[in-house]
Amino acid sequence: MVDFLTRRRGGRRLDWTDWVTYGYLASGLLLMFGPVLWLVMSSFKTESALTEFPPSLLPTGPKMVAVTGVDKPRPLFKVTLPDGSVRELAELRRIGLTATMVDPAHPETEIKVPIDQRQPIRAFGLATENYTDLAGKFAFGTYLWNSVFITVIATIFTLLFNSMAAFALSKYRFSGRKTVFLLILSTLMVPPTIVLVPNFLVVSELGMLNSLWGVIWPAVATPTGVFLLRQYMLTLPDELLEAARMDHASEWRIYWRIVLPLTAPALAVLAIFSVMWRWNDFLWPLVVLSKSEKFTLQLALNAFQGDLVTQWNYLLAMTVLTLLPVTVVFAFLQKYITQGIASAGVK
Amino acid sequence: MLRQLAAAPVAAAFRVVEAPFRWAQSAFGMRPMPWLFLAPNLLIFGVFTFLPLIINFYYAFTGGVQLYPSERPFTGLDNLATLFDCTNHFNPSTCRKDLFWRAIWNTAQFSVLQVTLMVAFSLVTALVLNRKVIGRGFWRGVFFYPVLLSPVVVALIWKWILQREGLLNAAMVGAGASGVEWLTNASWAMFWVIFVSIWAHMGFYTLILLAGLQAIPKDLYEAAQMDRASPWRTFSRVTLPMLMPNLLVVCVLALIRAVQIFDEVFVLTGGGPGSATTFIVQFIYQTGFMEQIRLYGMAAAGSLVLAVVLIVLTLIQLRIASAGRAGAGNDG
Repeated sequence: MVDFLTRRRGGRRLDWTDWVTYGYLASGLLLMFGPVLWLVMSSFKTESALTEFPPSLLPTGPKMVAVTGVDKPRPLFKVTLPDGSVRELAELRRIGLTATMVDPAHPETEIKVPIDQRQPIRAFGLATENYTDLAGKFAFGTYLWNSVFITVIATIFTLLFNSMAAFALSKYRFSGRKTVFLLILSTLMVPPTIVLVPNFLVVSELGMLNSLWGVIWPAVATPTGVFLLRQYMLTLPDELLEAARMDHASEWRIYWRIVLPLTAPALAVLAIFSVMWRWNDFLWPLVVLSKSEKFTLQLALNAFQGDLVTQWNYLLAMTVLTLLPVTVVFAFLQKYITQGIASAGVK
Repeated sequence: MLRQLAAAPVAAAFRVVEAPFRWAQSAFGMRPMPWLFLAPNLLIFGVFTFLPLIINFYYAFTGGVQLYPSERPFTGLDNLATLFDCTNHFNPSTCRKDLFWRAIWNTAQFSVLQVTLMVAFSLVTALVLNRKVIGRGFWRGVFFYPVLLSPVVVALIWKWILQREGLLNAAMVGAGASGVEWLTNASWAMFWVIFVSIWAHMGFYTLILLAGLQAIPKDLYEAAQMDRASPWRTFSRVTLPMLMPNLLVVCVLALIRAVQIFDEVFVLTGGGPGSATTFIVQFIYQTGFMEQIRLYGMAAAGSLVLAVVLIVLTLIQLRIASAGRAGAGNDG
């Protein structure tokens, strides 16, 4: 049997290096996906199930039952009574080692039970209210809208402005071309972290503090984007442009109607990256947006986790919703993302 | 359907933007056209990168708490002198700005450990993925997935696991040990900050190294096989030398990112306990934006120090990149 399973094409058996390889990959799977899976499973637990220690693997919690005359649902227990019979009773209250319990069917007779004579009954249940409550209890819709607005608008401008610059740098010969290209590339050396304070001044002078535009504008010109698109446009034959000029097409028309459609694959890669960058941005929005109605999802998550009493059930649900779009994009476009990184080294 | 819906506004936008270009072309000919296409990008770089660079330089030499530069008194080298005022630079407690030096040494310790371990793990993973494995695309995706998660999400995922009554402590108790306060113990906090940042970023470097491995000509390995070279010898004499340019670029790239660490750590530990995981960028952010008295000049001086470090690292990277073939990289 083992012989059959480990047999491979070409007659070579799996040797120990293959076992090590797959062992490594399997533990990688556990380590990389495990924490995310744990987050997702935890996000479906009720608030009381989240405070249990040790935590249960699946979203299970104490089975609750409604008791007439009591406003909140009470936890259900399997109780062994002194006469040896076993009954399911709901706990009303507990003092020390004795609990006062009732049968939900006959709420009028209270029974005193020593707590070592009972077992909590657990039930599987998805606490979807963690998700459905978000819209009502928090301004989740606002945060989502802010994040989506910044991501979409910034990505459109990024594609437009960077492709225009790349067009100029790849399809025109003019004095200063090399200087401009180097100047744009040199901004790679100026990450946002080192111009934090003066950029705050610039944005506040432009009246864009606590405005989503204050996050969008500084982000839309990217050296990586210009570089990526320029390299791609260099491969387009110049004869296409010459032919269009013969037909008296304006330069803008050549850019818009000829060059841009042909650059679609590179634009797609840049679009994916831009969406990721803007969706995940943290430090710069943190500086610009201080009013909670302007928070992006990332800022809202940060604010909630810093609260004195963290409501983990809502925080976990919101975290899952924040990582969902990126995960979906990744699931469908993995190939393009990994190829884009491998070829251009951008992230 | 969607295409038709989008067609009208796109066509309208096209006409609006085309107008100035068409006018400029008919009035001045071809000469200004490239500059017109470059204008939006250059304007944004000018306003949000180059202008701030100059202002940052000026800020670093001024004092006071006003934001507007002309209202700030010129204080010369005061800020930098304060930052560097130490009896012993290796002992932050003897410094006037002790937090700055704690941040510097924390960042140095973090960067060295994180980059070394991360590149090592990335290399091993790339080597494993470069073997004949079934479903390589899937496995590559597994290691790459965390790279795409936002730093805040990454921090919260791990905070949930590492909290006092979290999964890890449950496992510890289950194994008969007692729980540990992972994030409020200084040494453990540093360990987890390094661990989490490796978890979140190693997929990116794995991908670059894997691309490098796949670019090594196959006939070199065939030749090694002919000579009956041992696997270790093949690795040290063929793989490693051929991969060296990529490996160096990955190291410097990782180092450039590591000295700028902020987001994940800020959410995971808030720089604590105490200042055990406070790094340079957090010092800048805290000094400029979190304190009651906002010392913009001090923050700018801190940025200047960070900028010098980054420029040195980038020049090293450019040197390596021009020596071998390699890619550039930055977050936009």
